[in-house]
Amino acid sequence: MIKLEAVNKHFGDLHVLKNINLEVGTGEKLVVIGPSGSGKSTLIRCMNLLEKPSAGRIIIDDTEITAPKAPITTIRQSVAMVFQQFNLYPHKTVLENLTLAPILVKGVSKKEAEESGLLYLDRVGLRHKADAYPAQLSGGQQQRVAIARALNMKPQIMLFDEPTSALDPEMIQEVLDVMTDLAKEGITMVVVTHEMGFARNVADRVIFMDQGQILEEGTPEHFFTNPAQERTKSFLSRIYHAS
Amino acid sequence: MPGPFAAFKWVALLNEWQTFAEGFLHTILISFCGLVLALMLGILFGILGSSQWRLAKLANRCYVELIQNTPLVIQIFFLFNALPRFGIMLPVFSVGVLGVGIYHGAYIAEVIRAGIQAIHKGQMEAALSQGFGYWSAMRHIILPQAKRVVYPPLTNQAVSLIKNTSVLAMIAGGDLMYNADSWSSSNLYYGPAYVVTALLYLIICYPLTRAARWLERKAEVTA
Repeated sequence: MIKLEAVNKHFGDLHVLKNINLEVGTGEKLVVIGPSGSGKSTLIRCMNLLEKPSAGRIIIDDTEITAPKAPITTIRQSVAMVFQQFNLYPHKTVLENLTLAPILVKGVSKKEAEESGLLYLDRVGLRHKADAYPAQLSGGQQQRVAIARALNMKPQIMLFDEPTSALDPEMIQEVLDVMTDLAKEGITMVVVTHEMGFARNVADRVIFMDQGQILEEGTPEHFFTNPAQERTKSFLSRIYHAS
Repeated sequence: MPGPFAAFKWVALLNEWQTFAEGFLHTILISFCGLVLALMLGILFGILGSSQWRLAKLANRCYVELIQNTPLVIQIFFLFNALPRFGIMLPVFSVGVLGVGIYHGAYIAEVIRAGIQAIHKGQMEAALSQGFGYWSAMRHIILPQAKRVVYPPLTNQAVSLIKNTSVLAMIAGGDLMYNADSWSSSNLYYGPAYVVTALLYLIICYPLTRAARWLERKAEVTA
């Protein structure tokens, strides 16, 4: 479903991604962990070309998105992203946030977009907020709306870029619950997170990144019981001591 | 010797009020068309200036710096005197519209650019991530949000534009200022002519200034 071949990314002198090779299967739930500045956000942002790799190829569903004339807007319709800062459209109501892109980008009828939108709002427990504006919601609610907005595009892939990092601690769980529920479906998920409980419960595979490289990958069992690398061990122990 | 504001001068002005009304109407028309042009140029170059493309940014800088750093009078003289040398003869009305339109377009471009850049970059990223193209994202996501920020400074630009149409008096523009000037230079009744002219500008500009203040307060409340 997603394939990265020798992907490199430079920001000026900074070498943020170093020769990344990675494959994510259809329906797989991949969790990316690692210290800040390790390149995990850049990695996930390359997957829908919000960052352009400096070198290497990224292939999504048999289409090379790094090709010069790749139909990137078409591909992005099936690769939804949930951001750390939610990025809801503040001038639109919650329901309009969900229906705007399906109507304008995919050409879905307004009625159809609203019906499915309400279903997804129901699913994240916020149907009663359909007519509210984002500023009237708590952070946790905003992020749940953002997830519903992503879902209303009916994507095949969902990218989560630290979806709980900007939330107050008491709101993290409600967002993780929605994501855990979502993971039961066939959708392919790539999640950058510091939530080790989520990684343990939901991930099919975990990768640990440090200094722009994938240092270790394996099942959650492997990671949380017997990681091989010293760096991984020290990172995990620091995370656990913190929480 | 009668004073500059002697009563008979006012009477003369009242008797020939059409001269002032005509100029006033002309000023309003030039202002309106000039404002439409300025807005179109301003929005286009404002978006170019806020984009990531180097050429677009360069185009924005050239336009804005060239226009903002030369006097409006010279630009008007150029349109009026230099273009005919290249075989382009514009009616004075068009010179007026182009002159103030291009001039204030450059200022409005900066207002729009600042407005766009005030919107968090996550908004554009969210729109792109949903499959919006750049221009479509601008239209549906970014500009509607930037609107609230730019209304007050835009209104100020509209006021300046109206006042600056008076520069057209220097090329026989047929605007309010020109008519006042030519009327009073033939009879030397400068006093009433300029007072009335100033009042007429005030009548259009004052409500706009008030509107700008109101929009400013509104933007503060909803921000």
